[in-house]
Amino acid sequence: MIIEIGHFALILALGVAVVQMIVPLVGAHKGWGSWMAVAAPAATLQFLLVATAFAALTYAFVTSDFSVRLVTLNSHSLKPMLYKVAGVWGNHEGSMLLWVQIVALFGAMAAWFGGGLPPRLKARVLAVQSSIGVAFLAFILFTSNPFLRLAMPPFDGQDLNPLLQDPGLAFHPPFLYLGYVGLSMAFSFAVAALIEGRVDAAWARWVRPWTLAAWISLTIGIGLGSWWAYYELGWGGFWFWDPVENASFMPWLLAAALLHSAIVVEKRESLKSWTILLAILAFGFSLIGTFLVRSGVITSVHAFASDPERGVFILLILAVFTGGALMLYAARAGAMEARGVFGMVSRESGLVLNNILLAVSAIVVFIGTIWPLVAELFFDRKLSVGAPFFEAAFTPFMVVLALVLPIGAMLPWKRARLGRVVRQLVPAAILAVAVAALVWAIQSEKTALGPIGVLLGTWLIAGSFTDVLGRTGRGAIMGRLGRLTRLPRGDWGKTVAHAGLGITIIGISGILAWQVEDIRVTQVNEPFSVAGYEITLQAVRREEGPNYFSTTADMIVKKDGALVANLHPEKRTYPVAGMPTTEAAIAGGFLRDIYLVIGDPQEDGGWAVRTFIKPLANWIWTGTIIMALGGLISLSDRRYRVAAGATRARARSQAEGVPAE
Amino acid sequence: MKRLILILALLASPALAVNPSEVLDDPALEARARELSQELRCVVCRGENIDESNASIAHDLRLLVRERLLAGDSDTEVIDFVVERYGEYVLMKPTTQGANILLWWAGPMMLLMALIGGGVYLRRRSRSPDGDAELSPEEQSRLDKILTE
Repeated sequence: MIIEIGHFALILALGVAVVQMIVPLVGAHKGWGSWMAVAAPAATLQFLLVATAFAALTYAFVTSDFSVRLVTLNSHSLKPMLYKVAGVWGNHEGSMLLWVQIVALFGAMAAWFGGGLPPRLKARVLAVQSSIGVAFLAFILFTSNPFLRLAMPPFDGQDLNPLLQDPGLAFHPPFLYLGYVGLSMAFSFAVAALIEGRVDAAWARWVRPWTLAAWISLTIGIGLGSWWAYYELGWGGFWFWDPVENASFMPWLLAAALLHSAIVVEKRESLKSWTILLAILAFGFSLIGTFLVRSGVITSVHAFASDPERGVFILLILAVFTGGALMLYAARAGAMEARGVFGMVSRESGLVLNNILLAVSAIVVFIGTIWPLVAELFFDRKLSVGAPFFEAAFTPFMVVLALVLPIGAMLPWKRARLGRVVRQLVPAAILAVAVAALVWAIQSEKTALGPIGVLLGTWLIAGSFTDVLGRTGRGAIMGRLGRLTRLPRGDWGKTVAHAGLGITIIGISGILAWQVEDIRVTQVNEPFSVAGYEITLQAVRREEGPNYFSTTADMIVKKDGALVANLHPEKRTYPVAGMPTTEAAIAGGFLRDIYLVIGDPQEDGGWAVRTFIKPLANWIWTGTIIMALGGLISLSDRRYRVAAGATRARARSQAEGVPAE
Repeated sequence: MKRLILILALLASPALAVNPSEVLDDPALEARARELSQELRCVVCRGENIDESNASIAHDLRLLVRERLLAGDSDTEVIDFVVERYGEYVLMKPTTQGANILLWWAGPMMLLMALIGGGVYLRRRSRSPDGDAELSPEEQSRLDKILTE
């Protein structure tokens, strides 16, 4: 019964979404206030209906209702509760339902908090947002219905892919989807602005928080996915340039570009049409990502659907939305005249360079991702584009970006003198070179990669703090420090996020440059040493988990006779899914991770053991978290609240003062 | 029964990619083998190189690479040997031959175009008369209204 209610609610949601798509749009065009007013309650209703459907599906998973086909295919009665819930979105149908749920959530949030928006713009935004809802609701109902029943329910389910049964991965898809779908908000604002034919500072002030929220979610989602790969896949890789990873990385790069170009629109009323184009492209790439993942065109661990019908449907959605928006853009972009005037050297030009680097690097990732497909279709060549290509083609963009970022971030608006800014940054540059030289001197293997990464990272971190200190003006140091606490949150957010990028760069170059690896057969209680650590396998036990069997090793790590860590790497077998997983044991540290993996028993009674010393590994995710934190700080800046309040007050006074048309 | 499942599952699953038995005695040669393994794709896997993969074909390929190295092949000879048998598909880093030239040059070309476009835009912006000073009649009247309030 509950399942059928969920199914019915989803169908109703489609109906409501169709109304919400058409009525407010017509109202906005004709200037009919009552038709425009339909948008907000419809958005709320659509959200509640989709939430009902989502709750019904969650209920089916939690109670292990195996008469539902999806639950049978993806769950098992013995699975821990966390993964029963995570199983809702650990499959194609459920993940699309989560997608629609978030589309509806964002639409409803725009309705709830968009009180200060001009009514016409608000109606159009909600209508465009709802059209996305219509497309994906229809996609779910016609090709990927999660509520299908089985005529003959089995006694138990077939279990979720064990690799996905992990806390890091349980929350990876919701964050990614919040990010993808958050960009739909920027898209809706962009299309609404094109229909309106008007973009101004207030528009940018509305778009920026949504983009920022989407970017923060994408950052967290990508970080979680990479962290999961690091500890779960058994050899400590953190990024594979897999098509599906790229699918989330391209929107991240474009969202980062959009964040920065929206600042120019907000403060200087320039780059308007470019910002609109970026907003369309950023969401377009989210849709391309969905297409790549869901169609199975490029197979990957993540692609649980390899169904041509679904692929064609999503391709159609992609074509209609991106193509339609781009045509509208071509017709209307000329109307967005720029107003601000600025010199060749200015904050504006710095942000233009930022946008060029981010956007072109995103397109490089895109071309690399689809090249195997293009080569097969047009040149009849079956080939691969793997990590070595991306490392060669993508990394230079990030190196240049890191080099110019601290300078661009400190340039004043309108007209700047490069010499002045560079002089302020001399201490940061000296510090970066000194740290890199120190690292060069103490590293045992002479690689250039490590010191260069440390150089760039230190330059970014020191440059960020030079910037924030520079904003406190002149005078006694105590007074300046006091003023630090009163800086706008936006300034702090910028500093923190840029420093976070520096930390991540240091982490990535550290792990790539100085990793130590050891593969060997070891006997129980025979210590061996790796990079100064003495490691002993003490015992190997068989254990039984709730839905798996495990081979657990007890290992100790010592340095100079002192105990560093007790570690228990595991090898698990999930009998229902018939899949093994490795659970590496990691002793995390500020400067290095010790990463142990237990392998197979050998004929002579020993065990295969793989040991990695991974320098600065934690810095990668620490930097990611700090970047997201910087975004959050910026999001809490009072200018968004004040601006929202001010426009709301103005709207109210207008509503009171001006008689209705 | 459970124990049996366990044993079967264990037998079926080498959990390490590179097994200790595969490692060559000569560390220099082994280091080269590892480097080469990262350039070669496990043909049945999803975008993994043979150094990372647990699949049996990856195991066979790793042994093949080491065999060729022991036989005295240079790095390019080893790669050519594998490509000859498995096709271009095994290369993680695509070649620069034929249409692939587009793939490799797309980034630099687009960067150049974007820089030129950006430069032209900035020049135009820095030369155009100060737009801030000019208000449309509508804006002027609104400003007057605000100032008189």
